[in-house]
Amino acid sequence: MTNLRITTSPDRVRALLRLLPGAIGIALVAYALLAGGYLISVVSFGLIYAIFVTGLNLFMGYTGQVSFGQNAFAAISGYASAILTATYGWEPLLATATGLAGALAVALVVGYPTLRLKGHYLAMATLAIGLIAYEVAVQWQSVTQGYMGISGVPPLGIAGFEITSERGNLLFLAAIAALGVTAAALIRHSRVGRAMAAIAGSEDAARALGIDVARYKLLAFLIAAVYAALAGSLFVHVVGFVSPEVFGLHMVNLAFTMLYVGGIGTVMGPLVGAVVIMLLPETFRAFKDYQDLAYGAALILLLIYAPRGLASLADLLRRRAGEGRRA
Amino acid sequence: MIRLRLEGLTRRFGGLVAVDSVTLDVAAEGVTAVIGPNGAGKTTLFNMISGFVPPSAGRVLFEGEDITGRPPERIAARGLIRTFQLVQLFQNLSALENVAVGRHLHTRGGLWAALARPGWARREEAEVDRRARDLLAFVGLGDRAETSAAVLPYGQQRLLEIARALAAEPKLLMLDEPAAGLNAAETRALSEIIRRIAERGTTVLLIEHDMPLVMTTADTVVVLDFGRKIAEGAPAAVRADPAVIEAYLGGAEAAHA
Ligand SMILES: Nc1ncnc2c1ncn2[C@@H]1O[C@H](COP(=O)(O)OP(=O)(O)OP(=O)(O)O)[C@@H](O)[C@H]1O
Ligand SMILES: [Mg+2]
Repeated sequence: MTNLRITTSPDRVRALLRLLPGAIGIALVAYALLAGGYLISVVSFGLIYAIFVTGLNLFMGYTGQVSFGQNAFAAISGYASAILTATYGWEPLLATATGLAGALAVALVVGYPTLRLKGHYLAMATLAIGLIAYEVAVQWQSVTQGYMGISGVPPLGIAGFEITSERGNLLFLAAIAALGVTAAALIRHSRVGRAMAAIAGSEDAARALGIDVARYKLLAFLIAAVYAALAGSLFVHVVGFVSPEVFGLHMVNLAFTMLYVGGIGTVMGPLVGAVVIMLLPETFRAFKDYQDLAYGAALILLLIYAPRGLASLADLLRRRAGEGRRA
Repeated sequence: MIRLRLEGLTRRFGGLVAVDSVTLDVAAEGVTAVIGPNGAGKTTLFNMISGFVPPSAGRVLFEGEDITGRPPERIAARGLIRTFQLVQLFQNLSALENVAVGRHLHTRGGLWAALARPGWARREEAEVDRRARDLLAFVGLGDRAETSAAVLPYGQQRLLEIARALAAEPKLLMLDEPAAGLNAAETRALSEIIRRIAERGTTVLLIEHDMPLVMTTADTVVVLDFGRKIAEGAPAAVRADPAVIEAYLGGAEAAHA
């Protein structure tokens, strides 16, 4: 009897640990719904970033490539959403779909030639399109209204039913983020995800096994662009406003921090990282003047004690449980 | 039947002729070993056959078809699978996933199959898992399936790379120094595995320094020296060949000097 309990309980612990990040996420959304106020906005932005970073993780974590310009795809789709609805009165959903298609087309034009080359051409090209997207948003005043930005963007909705409450937005974003993370998990544990992970591990070995490396890099890049574009449009419709700064270099910095703090290459890392990085500054409000210092110190401690990200901590515990079983 | 034919295959690196007009027929049956002193051009020969290095001159014919200069993934799709002198595992993946990647050419799930998981894709994944576990057991790693490839001892990493290559169901399997870093017991086990691979109908082309392994495993031995083919034949005959003894003794003297 005792023997049986010893052999089964670590398995249960492992299963529970796998559900842990999701459970915390649901609890957090529920808490924000109840508490209301500022926390709703903070968690909402965290969820939008979670979508953005989940896409980035597919390209950087799963496939082992680098992109500094995912903000360009958020900007393309975000501006398409804003301009088509606020200026031309389109339906928000149609505008978002158009934005996604536009971002995808640009990603194809940029990715197809550069991903065929070895080395850091893609990293440089992506950095360039990020900067170009920003400049276009600033300079093309007749359409984008420059630094002023575009306000009065309508919220998302289907057939007259619009999400107008903050709580409604939060629930909607939580559902989209959950779908986004689930899709990423399904991709990771498939033939496509294995090919991407193989490329991250060794391009030569991947090619020697018949994997078309350029093709899968491009696929990962396109998927990441769709996630980024979706996040861009969601942001614009939720906030009702867009300006060049929204999708500036700041967005890239924040996304990279979230990716590494959460755990690059893990399925749950982007969600964990996005929410934690959004909540951290709030947590340190009590430190007043030392808020930035406390935030910085917390980041450094995180990277020292969880160098592979917060999501890897759950993995570590799971592995301990697994060793317990073998012993 | 001839599986692989090399015609005047040559590769120059600047002034150095790494492989010098090598002509060779590799029979479909059995194990062929390529031996030669360090720097003789063995790996460069493999790199040209598998598409990683374009030849300066000459042709590579696989089952009569000219595959010279094709990219590695296209050559792999033709049934020619290689391993690397310096083990190239997917360190970020478990042993099982490493072998599962080897099934890439024989599966077809794309993005849609990943997201929608239709019945055929689920069956395909179950089949990948089953075959990968079988192959791990075949090379003696049956109990290491969930272990990260990065933490396996070196000898097991080599075996894992072979299991992964076998997952691609090669017609021609090319192994670059599979016994390097293995102890005597592991080398004997490897010899047994290579024989069994050949008995299953896969052509094995093998680069090896370990002479006992070559003598017990190979049916034919090809000797390279300074990029040139200097001998070819049955193991015992090649070992007695004065030119081969000279090449190896010459190498030993150079090493002492
Ligand atoms: N990419 C390269 N650029 C320049 N020279 C190279 C390159 N690859 C190989 N060589 C040279 O070509 C010659 C043959 O090298 P190769 O690696 O094919 O030898 P090898 O027979 O596999 O040797 P070893 O037994 O040490 O593995 C060596 O002199 C090597 O320095
Ligand atoms: Mg070599």
